[in-house]
Amino acid sequence: MKRLGGSVLINLALAAGGLLTLTPLLWMLSASLMPAGEANSLPPPLLPSRLELGNYAALFSRLSLARNLLNSVAISLAVTLSSVLINSMAGYAFAKLRFRGREPVFRLLLTALLIPAQVGMLPLFLLLKGMGLVNSYAGVMIPGLAGVFGIFLVRQYVAALPDELLDAARVDGAGEWRIFRLIVLPIIRPILVTLAVFSFLGCWNDFLWPLIILSDSGKYTLPVALAGLSGEHVQDTELMMAGSVVTILPVLLVFLFLQRAYLRGILAGSVKG
Amino acid sequence: MSRSQTKAGWVFIGPASALIGLFFFVPVVAGLLLSFTDFDIYGIAAPETVRWIGLRNYVQLVQNPLFWTALKNTLVFVLAGGPLSVAVSLGAALLPNAPQARLRGLFRTVYFTPVVTTIVAVALVWRYLYHPRYGLLNHALGLVGIGPIDWLGDPNWAMPAIILLAIWKNFGYNMLIFLAGLQSIPEELYEAARLDGAGALQRFRHVTAPGLRSTFVFIAIITMLGYFQLFAEPYVMTQGGPLRATTSLVLLMYEEGFRWWRLGMASAVAVLLLLIMSVGTMIQLRLQRGRAR
Repeated sequence: MKRLGGSVLINLALAAGGLLTLTPLLWMLSASLMPAGEANSLPPPLLPSRLELGNYAALFSRLSLARNLLNSVAISLAVTLSSVLINSMAGYAFAKLRFRGREPVFRLLLTALLIPAQVGMLPLFLLLKGMGLVNSYAGVMIPGLAGVFGIFLVRQYVAALPDELLDAARVDGAGEWRIFRLIVLPIIRPILVTLAVFSFLGCWNDFLWPLIILSDSGKYTLPVALAGLSGEHVQDTELMMAGSVVTILPVLLVFLFLQRAYLRGILAGSVKG
Repeated sequence: MSRSQTKAGWVFIGPASALIGLFFFVPVVAGLLLSFTDFDIYGIAAPETVRWIGLRNYVQLVQNPLFWTALKNTLVFVLAGGPLSVAVSLGAALLPNAPQARLRGLFRTVYFTPVVTTIVAVALVWRYLYHPRYGLLNHALGLVGIGPIDWLGDPNWAMPAIILLAIWKNFGYNMLIFLAGLQSIPEELYEAARLDGAGALQRFRHVTAPGLRSTFVFIAIITMLGYFQLFAEPYVMTQGGPLRATTSLVLLMYEEGFRWWRLGMASAVAVLLLLIMSVGTMIQLRLQRGRAR
């Protein structure tokens, strides 16, 4: 009997925790479908009286958020592609190629994990200003093109591969680039997916850097545009919630579909790090 | 063969090293140097007018009450929000790990969902949930007889409100790491404890807690480092107010640097933040080592 009671209690707590966790997101979705002004009524409604899709239409017509959505998609995809290619090359070399300077360079890179990005942000802004990249897409993307965490992730994964595989290909006369492209890349696909999800989510959700480097609202990423609009549209709860849904939905979908790959990355970073 | 590997090695690490070197390490070192200059809006127009001023930015900072307010707010966020957040994570990890729990995978996903969401968007959602009149939170509290709280308008409540949001947003991350730590504790240890007649609490104290030690050290440090970088929540929800009650060090740095264009001063804030974070990490490592002894 005591067993049963405990089991019920634990499952109830689990369910209650789950409901609490989802409430803000469910309310966001619900409020985004309410007719204008309904969210600000008493008692606060949980569900819309009728489904109003006009908030979403207004985002794209009146607030021209389509442009910002497109910016976010393009920037995040480009950063993801670059980060997967560049970090996997480096991660592979740090794990499997023997060359002078490998260890010191890797150790130096690792220190970057301990330094908050904010320390370099102001000079980076000035540097990019000198290069004419302030208020440009390239400027937003630059900090994400390569990353120490990504290199570390790939290196850990590649290190577990048997050396014989690569040596056999070398004996057959394959060049290093060929070996990497035709043998290594296909084998390490799982960690590449992990890296891609990390890069995409990180880039999509980033706020401080795009806020600093972009000044033209047509170039804003979705979070920066949303933060900007939230000031002048404080009263338009339903509209702003529709904007939040559009901002969150893409990352949520990526996470739900590629959950396994994403969680593997977090665990690899924690257990072995 | 080795010579070809040397060349290939540098070619393979070249792009990453160049990008990280030029756009991370060079700026970090430059940030340190920048903090000793009077670089401001005139410096942007005419960099040759920038002068070395030694420690003047730092002296001005420690004489500026706003810096101390931002430091205090950041420390409150780290020292109250961090441990609370870790405690919630541990609780959330123990629940699905219990043998009686059903639908573990589902709940793990649900608990993790806030972690992947965009902070700007969820800060906006919470701004409405915190609305003193129409917000869901005050409405729920009203049902149990707790009077309306002006969450974001009252200087005493604004930081707790931001901490609550941060816990909700972040607990899933540490939960996952705790879960992995829990699963690495051998089941036999629990069996043995049970045979010795240990109750649930004793099993937690003598088996679970020691088994999670290294996980805990890792979590404590990354949580602290993450919480020191508080920015988007106050930027979106309170703009650092009311009465500066939620101005964090990074928000101060942003305002100095990109609202007032005092880049030298802003760099000094960033360097102090780095120093404080390093000291925090060292204290944590020392505490943990002392406890292990």
